[in-house]
Amino acid sequence: MIDLSRLSATQVRDGIADGVFTAREVAEAALGRIDALEPHVRAFNQVTPELAYEAAARIDEAVASRVVLPPLAGVPVAIKDNMNLIGTRTTCSSRMLENYESVYDCTAVRRLLDAGAVPVGKCNLDEFAFGSSTENSAFGPTRNPWDLERVPGGSSGGSAAAVSAGMASISLGSDTGGSIRQPGSLTGTVALKPTYGRVSRYGCVAFASSLDQIGPFAKNVEDAALALNAIAGHDPMDATSADLPAEDFTATLAEGVTGLRVGVVTDLLDTDGCDAEVREAVRSAAETFAALGADVGEVELPSTAHGLSAYYIIGPAEASSNLARFDGIRYGHRIPDAEDVIDLYTRSRAEGFGPETIRRIMLGTYALSAGYYDAYYGQAQKARTLIKRDFAEAFERFDVLLTPTSPTVAFEIGEKSDDPLAMYLSDIYTIPVNLAGNCAVSIPAGLSEAERMPIGLQVIGDYFAEATVLRAAAAFEAAIAFDTTPSLVREIQ
Amino acid sequence: MAISEQQVRHVAMLARLALTDEQVVHLGEELNSILDHIDTIQQLDLAEVEPTAHALDVVNVTRSDEVRPGLEREVALRNAPETEDGAFVIPRIVGGGEEA
Repeated sequence: MIDLSRLSATQVRDGIADGVFTAREVAEAALGRIDALEPHVRAFNQVTPELAYEAAARIDEAVASRVVLPPLAGVPVAIKDNMNLIGTRTTCSSRMLENYESVYDCTAVRRLLDAGAVPVGKCNLDEFAFGSSTENSAFGPTRNPWDLERVPGGSSGGSAAAVSAGMASISLGSDTGGSIRQPGSLTGTVALKPTYGRVSRYGCVAFASSLDQIGPFAKNVEDAALALNAIAGHDPMDATSADLPAEDFTATLAEGVTGLRVGVVTDLLDTDGCDAEVREAVRSAAETFAALGADVGEVELPSTAHGLSAYYIIGPAEASSNLARFDGIRYGHRIPDAEDVIDLYTRSRAEGFGPETIRRIMLGTYALSAGYYDAYYGQAQKARTLIKRDFAEAFERFDVLLTPTSPTVAFEIGEKSDDPLAMYLSDIYTIPVNLAGNCAVSIPAGLSEAERMPIGLQVIGDYFAEATVLRAAAAFEAAIAFDTTPSLVREIQ
Repeated sequence: MAISEQQVRHVAMLARLALTDEQVVHLGEELNSILDHIDTIQQLDLAEVEPTAHALDVVNVTRSDEVRPGLEREVALRNAPETEDGAFVIPRIVGGGEEA
């Protein structure tokens, strides 16, 4: 049996091209792994064997007719369930959209599939991507493959767990305040938030349009780079997508970090609530970079202290506006006995949305309401300017910056679910990057001593410097040789 | 800035959410706890700082005004809870009864 958790995307593609195995056999292996582990992990809202076998058959036909295979030929991929794909539901893990059938394709998903990838399913998330643990899903929580009593992070927790458990080689998530990187950190996967505008947002259900960005999860840096190759690029359907020349993000991965200027963000290491082990892992990573030949220094980003406040104004404000579309008329949940149109809107929405979604809509509506707009939204947008300036100054001195991805390792299910603010604090290191709009990757940096749970290192780069952060991450990955296979997967082998 | 129960009800109406009395009380407490934290942003002196609405300097994108194919009508209606004669059905909005 093919063990996907031990094969890179390139090894899958090359194995298919060389006739070692067929695309169908790879799809069977992925779906078999899902059958075995999904009852424990619950990473998926929908598994799509028909779509997978159809796509695999096309690849096997291409092999038979000796056509050159695309870069992700036969590679099993999983998609966060807030991205549309014809032939699947797009539920956003909400009762509101429980039965919503995709009527068009998300550009990033379409591009991934056009690169030969095989879709195995749609992954669980915190409802509408509001959360950091995937506990806010209307369909129940996803569990961390490293410890089933713990959360996988969120909001893209299903996408992270699917890759971690070897149920897919690559998955797509979306990141508004850390929703790719934080679950990447908690599940020991490589998780990239590209620069705002690098990847089209068309077809991904909007949370906060000025912050949202789609990006990949993978088992290794090269696979993440291959996925970015596939999904990046201008799209006429997203006016904010950047019109830049195509780039091969794998081209410079092996070039090493000699002379690379690496800045450790010291004030973020000293924040309350950061586990000592996490802090130590970042310090140790900095030493590794120095040993690899990088010029390591220290830097501060003082304005990021206001990142959480700015984010919890701007994010909910934009979300409250974006979620106005769910009115029970064109799609989504609708009460059957409305007296008038206001009754229809207000009760359909109150029934269709879960508690965190209601909380965010309320917070955002309040922050935008008459008399509070300047004090909250206006002030938050100005704080955003200061955070951008801090990064701009830091990138005059450094090529990449190091912080923890998450202040803690994966926490237990239920541990923070009754305390919204405690949950919000788990994104304290990732949020500033969304506010500034630059790029960052989370990469495994080791296991915690006591709990044996993965710790993530965040490598932050300037605008459109994905090639640089991925090169730094690749050098680090090779140096520490972290085994990304979680205990759950080891047990079934 | 503490948010009162009356304000919670007002914001819920603006957001078109029919909240129960219990939800109003509970949300009031949660929002106040979150706002307590967020309010630190009020202490910043940002009078001279320009706001950032967008991470990158983006400009409006236009295209020529020509008809292009969009979603087919039946596809656009596929997820609608109630349709009739190729249209979305909504409750009466203006008035009621014969004279509306």
